[in-house]
Amino acid sequence: MNTAIRRLSVLIAALFGALLVASTVIQFAQAGSMNRMAANKRTLLDNYGQERGSILVGGQAIAKSVEVDDQYQWLRTYPEGRLYSQITGFYAYSVGNPFGLENAADELLSGKADRLFVRRVTDLVTGRETAGATIELTINPKAQQAASQGLGKNRGAVVALDPTTGAILAMVSHPQYDPNPLSSHDLDEAATAWEKLSTNSAKPFINRAITGDLYPPGSTFKVVTAAAALEQGIVADENSRVPGPAELDLPLTDTPLPNETRQPCGPNDQTTLIHALEISCNTAFASLGLELGGKQLRDQAGKFGFGLDSIKIPMRVSPSTIPAEMNEPQAAQSAIGQYEVRTTPLQMAMVAAGIANQGRVMTPYLIQTIRTADLDVIEDTPEPEELSQAVSPRTADILKRMMVSVVDNGSGRRAQIPGVAVGGKTGTAQHDLDKDPHAWFISFAPADDPKVAVAVVVEESGVTGNEVGGAAVAAPIAKDVMEAVIGR
Amino acid sequence: MTTTVEPVIPRTRRGVELVLLVVAIAIVLLAWVTVDLNRNGTVPANIFPVAGGLVVLAAVVHVVLRWRAPYADPVLLPITIALNGLGLVMIHRLDLAAGRLGTDGSANQQIIWTALAVALTVAVIWTLRDHRLLRRYTFVSLAVGFILLILPLLPGLGREVNGSRIWIGLGPFSFQPGEFAKIALAVFFAGYLVQTRDVLSLAGKRVLGFTFPRGRDLGPILVAWVLALLILVFEKDLGSALLFFGLFVAMLYVATERVSWIAIGLLLFAAAVAFALSAFSHFQKRVDLWLDPFSPENLERSNQLANGLWGMAAGGLTGTGLGAGRPWLTSFAESDYIFASLAEELGLIGSVAILMLYLLFVERGVRTALGVRDGFGKLLAIGLTFSVAFQLFIVIGGVTRVIPLTGLTTPFLSLGGSSLLANWIIMSLLLRISDQARRPVPELPVGVGADPAASEATQVVRL
Repeated sequence: MNTAIRRLSVLIAALFGALLVASTVIQFAQAGSMNRMAANKRTLLDNYGQERGSILVGGQAIAKSVEVDDQYQWLRTYPEGRLYSQITGFYAYSVGNPFGLENAADELLSGKADRLFVRRVTDLVTGRETAGATIELTINPKAQQAASQGLGKNRGAVVALDPTTGAILAMVSHPQYDPNPLSSHDLDEAATAWEKLSTNSAKPFINRAITGDLYPPGSTFKVVTAAAALEQGIVADENSRVPGPAELDLPLTDTPLPNETRQPCGPNDQTTLIHALEISCNTAFASLGLELGGKQLRDQAGKFGFGLDSIKIPMRVSPSTIPAEMNEPQAAQSAIGQYEVRTTPLQMAMVAAGIANQGRVMTPYLIQTIRTADLDVIEDTPEPEELSQAVSPRTADILKRMMVSVVDNGSGRRAQIPGVAVGGKTGTAQHDLDKDPHAWFISFAPADDPKVAVAVVVEESGVTGNEVGGAAVAAPIAKDVMEAVIGR
Repeated sequence: MTTTVEPVIPRTRRGVELVLLVVAIAIVLLAWVTVDLNRNGTVPANIFPVAGGLVVLAAVVHVVLRWRAPYADPVLLPITIALNGLGLVMIHRLDLAAGRLGTDGSANQQIIWTALAVALTVAVIWTLRDHRLLRRYTFVSLAVGFILLILPLLPGLGREVNGSRIWIGLGPFSFQPGEFAKIALAVFFAGYLVQTRDVLSLAGKRVLGFTFPRGRDLGPILVAWVLALLILVFEKDLGSALLFFGLFVAMLYVATERVSWIAIGLLLFAAAVAFALSAFSHFQKRVDLWLDPFSPENLERSNQLANGLWGMAAGGLTGTGLGAGRPWLTSFAESDYIFASLAEELGLIGSVAILMLYLLFVERGVRTALGVRDGFGKLLAIGLTFSVAFQLFIVIGGVTRVIPLTGLTTPFLSLGGSSLLANWIIMSLLLRISDQARRPVPELPVGVGADPAASEATQVVRL
């Protein structure tokens, strides 16, 4: 029997060998990848066990971790929850941190970013508790407040930029939500809040300013068309004459493109470029679009940032789109911001800001300073970064004069600020024939020394066929935001 | 007198056992203190009673061995104490995490069970002077084993816990009779096979180089198979079924030295698994979980396997430190998953060390089986040893995703009285057999025949 016993002991040794190999694979070879799994509660609890960095706006925390006496140790709270909800996102136990800065700046806030490496080493040596980095935002709290109040109960979004740097001064998306119950340690409360918000048809988690389904830009896109026409030499300056009939015959189709007023834009079916923009003349810009063709329209839009997939503020910004292949009627439609042109409010704010800033479009950003938990600076204000020179300074000057005239004499009167030269452009964007169009307004101020550029979109509150009607809703919001920034 | 050779007296090695016991107790106490240091920053107040209790329990068995089984293997008891102690530490640590203090704690129960197990061990070593006495009870063992196995199926007595009907309840107490059935069946198999091994190993025809048994000799393996199937179907306990059937096939192989028995066993087992997979969604789910424990749907269904793996991964190479991890996140952290709990806090180094302790235990068992002179002893020793090794493989293999997870207790470590008592009995039987194995052969005194004077002297003594 001893031979059999010896052979059986070899089998037993093999069984133990399998257990030893499996343990080594789990605890050594695959430990790293298993620790990084999103569903791993231990990793999540490790993160809870460490103080997460705060997010500051104007010196006040809009997200901070508070020490509490439960197994999670640190509770994430958002003192002005709703106002900054799309910027901060939330930090939930069961669903994690899928949105906002909590997601996009997670490595900084959790202290795991490579650029915090030196800090972690010194923490290790000095025995200090490692905490996440505190990040200070470029947001101007007054502008943020003004934007949110202006939107009120409407759905929509507001973005304000500093035209010279690209710093984001306000970013609001309605509807907002309260991130506090989602981040609660009372898991039932958190689950209820998640259930309610994630199934809400208004999609409150979506930051409409930079992502979501995107909006047709409507007449605000006429600024881009004008820029292309000026750059290509199709028109010399704002006083050049352009066609402006009541209806524009389009090639390849029997359906003509009409003005919303069904009236010609000037005597003899002609007008000037500046007047065409003031009254938002469809036929004038559509005919410019016909002359330019789809490719040049698309190239000009691209210079303002359309189609760019790489913008991170640090949240990823959905690229605004303009179709690649367009026939003539489609180019004409696109030239007035319809057809398949889709954009984010941030992109339209970049268009306004680029024009205000002598044609230079700056890369937008949200994080001003990165600090340690005790507020020593780790990384200071980033060097402003040019995204592109969208138009020449001369073209920018002409466009600026035209947009100031829109506010002074045209459809954008509601954005006037006494004593300040404001430039702007209204828009009414068709998106669904059964619903009211979206109301748009893009603007900048002061025109001679630009401090702020704004884009406002208010969903389904325009009036079909009436440019001023849409402007009545969107322009005052832009005005309030600009006033908040320039201190009037 | 010049031709007289000094008789070689085999050493009892009880001194080695004493030293190893001290080391084992020191490891356990160090672990016990570490838990409290890591959690509260203080040395636990109960360190002296715990230390005293462990020393007394170990000392009692040690003294009884010196007296009643002086040649018993010196390594088995220290390993048992170390494993039982480490299990206690982890159970105590999970008590602290759950806020169960003092006499409410599971560790308190486990200490009482340990004391009972030690008492039972002393009783076994004391009363069972020779393991061959057990052979008289071959068929009694069969009856006992069979009754123990079907007890959980009796209405009113059996309790279904977590989908498996392997518990019986008696008032406030509950037992897993299967743990004891394991021992009874090992005794029966040993007694039965030592009688029938000749016919089972010799008769048969050769096919493809293997000698296959005659049809009528297939009876016993079929009975064992049907018994295992019954456990599978009615108690829904794949782990126990696998353990009993594996134990029988292994002992059958050792008794007959015929590989064909293993082939037949594997074939029958494969058929049973195929049947179970097609007949019970319960098993199909376990296989799904085993194949992909991290998919969202499977996590929704049961996150136990994934949680255990995550716990082990969190431990990494060196572990989080005792008391500093989160083993309680895994369900059954103190029983089926106690290996993963220890692995989380002691790291890969700790899991390898624990596996090595078991391997050493099993190696001593194999050595006992090789050394003992009677066939019954050999079969019983290898059967008991294999049952420990195989049970360990089934449960830890399940936890570490080598095989699908089936619920079994981890010998000596897991919380639970039945398992602890049964495994201590196995240990004491191995001690008893090893005493026989290592004891000098009771032959005629050295020098008989060569030296009539000595012979005479012996006779004088005998008178």
